[in-house]
Amino acid sequence: MSIEVVNITKSYKNFTALKDVSLQIPEGELVALLGPSGSGKTTLLRLIAGLEQPEQGSILFNGEDNTDRDVRERRVGFVFQHYALFRHMNIFDNIAFGLTVRSRKTRPSKQEIHERVHSLLKLVQLEGLAHRYPSQLSGGQRQRVALARALAVEPKFLLLDEPFGALDTKVRQELRRWLRHLHGKLGLTILFVTHDQEEAMELADQVVVMNEGRVEQVGPPEEIYNYPANPFVYSFLGRVNLFRGRIQNGIVKLGEAEFETDSVQQPGEYPAIGYMRPHDVEVSLTPKWEQSVQAQIRHISPLGPIVRLDLKRLDTEEVFEAELTRQRFTELGLAEKAIVYVTLHNLSFYVDSQPAQAPSPAFIPLQASI
Amino acid sequence: MRKSLRNKGFLPGFGMTMGYTIVYLSLLVLIPLSVLFLKATTMSWEHFVGTILDSRVLASIRVSILTSFFAACVNAVFGVLVAWVLARYQFFGKRIIDGIVDLPFALPTAVGGIALTSIYAENGWIGQYLAEWGIKVAYTPLGIWVALTFIGLPFVVRTVQPVLQDWDLQMEEAAATLGASRLRTFVRVILPHLMPAILTGFALAFARALGEYGSVVFISGNMPLKTEIVPLLIMTKLEQFDYAGATAIAAVMLIASFVMLLIINYLQWRINKFDAAR
Repeated sequence: MSIEVVNITKSYKNFTALKDVSLQIPEGELVALLGPSGSGKTTLLRLIAGLEQPEQGSILFNGEDNTDRDVRERRVGFVFQHYALFRHMNIFDNIAFGLTVRSRKTRPSKQEIHERVHSLLKLVQLEGLAHRYPSQLSGGQRQRVALARALAVEPKFLLLDEPFGALDTKVRQELRRWLRHLHGKLGLTILFVTHDQEEAMELADQVVVMNEGRVEQVGPPEEIYNYPANPFVYSFLGRVNLFRGRIQNGIVKLGEAEFETDSVQQPGEYPAIGYMRPHDVEVSLTPKWEQSVQAQIRHISPLGPIVRLDLKRLDTEEVFEAELTRQRFTELGLAEKAIVYVTLHNLSFYVDSQPAQAPSPAFIPLQASI
Repeated sequence: MRKSLRNKGFLPGFGMTMGYTIVYLSLLVLIPLSVLFLKATTMSWEHFVGTILDSRVLASIRVSILTSFFAACVNAVFGVLVAWVLARYQFFGKRIIDGIVDLPFALPTAVGGIALTSIYAENGWIGQYLAEWGIKVAYTPLGIWVALTFIGLPFVVRTVQPVLQDWDLQMEEAAATLGASRLRTFVRVILPHLMPAILTGFALAFARALGEYGSVVFISGNMPLKTEIVPLLIMTKLEQFDYAGATAIAAVMLIASFVMLLIINYLQWRINKFDAAR
């Protein structure tokens, strides 16, 4: 079922969680709500579920207005970050809960409930654990019970709040793959909240990037990564280097390097910030291009298949990162303190409107590594 | 050697704390109560049975157990209500209400008994209106029940309140998204979680009520066979220098309380299975 959110505003006592947010989620898609904490993504999810009420705007399921409908009648599958399983019920009763609480008229027979629960246990690969209690299961198993419980009532769609947030890396990856598989099998619309950009990229058909109660960009993961709409999205989706400079008549000066750009074509001179991914930094022993600048290697971090270099430009003293393949790194025979040439590819420029402000959260890890 | 060191954990001292626990319990509970049983054994069996099966004693045991039980039942219901209000809502004067709950603990129970008697007597504040309906509270078992409810109130509140304060609201939300009505959510999700605490509170209130003396003697009227409670009967026996008789009754009460606490503990264990499985 499709979900449509129209001009939703929601505020709590002293801050606005969502500011005039509109969003369309087509039927059958696996969509990620991605953003830092406090960006309003969980609030949006809870509004869609009916666990919160918006001040303004409306929420439509398949075009039908559900804004004033009670959470009990929305038939939405909701999975909580900490599972919220009923501790005093065994797994069977947990999954059956949504069926057994129905009024006598609509409640399925005992036999039907039994069959349904067991087919769900099979779906979440937890057969044989029906009589255990939640406290006897691992985190990953609990999460799957929570999913099965949500699916038992045949929801119109699934909403998952940081579904893998409390799990360790390995289990998380397994569950991601499994969720993808489940989505393919059921064809259900799934909307999940995450602050982990890798998770969003890996799982979702569409990613909704949120920040400070607004939707920054919506699109497939590829598009969002390659064509970020603004500096926030750029810096939120992966590691980023920032270079400060000035832009004048389509020419950007970043220290000794100059770039032509068509992204900002206003006349006059402005402060500018260039954003680029560490893997777009080309490191060489000789200048490759006229824009190549000199930099000193401050630190080398071998990270499995890639090697990350902490570099400092000699002309502007800016600190940045480069990522090389292990092979390239060995070819160049680099060592700490060495001076190399770097060539900056795929820079995106944005006019720096508030030069005094720290522009992005991604800048923080860069500084932290100094 | 190394292993045993490691198993001691960060705060060792099992031996010491356990030793003090045993000494403490022995001095305060076990030895006095054993002496009670020893004293009771100085009686002949016939004398013992004769004392216990005396109609006045049997009537007082009946009154004591029934009034204590119903008082604990009322507290189990309304104590949960009070705890609910205190744990879930913020309102003006919450701290005052929170403090009022402990008053029955703090007040000398005789004071409570006198206050209750004056209010519920036939010419008292509330008693006069109840009298119009033909309900007599003071000097009837109903009065005993009121007094025992009064002194048992804090127990359920104070055992249930922390459980409600730690309650995970998401469980309620989960129940709501699964379509459960408010009532069903309460009965099937919240209540089972409170049950162990309610039972503990119930057991404490019940045990306290069985032994209560101070507040009851004023409101009950102390009529033999009607409104006489066991502790009062024991006092009466003592005043008549019938020490053996008093201890015989005490021993019976002790066994009765012990059995009832065991039953409640068993029930608690049954309900608590999901926690024990951890």
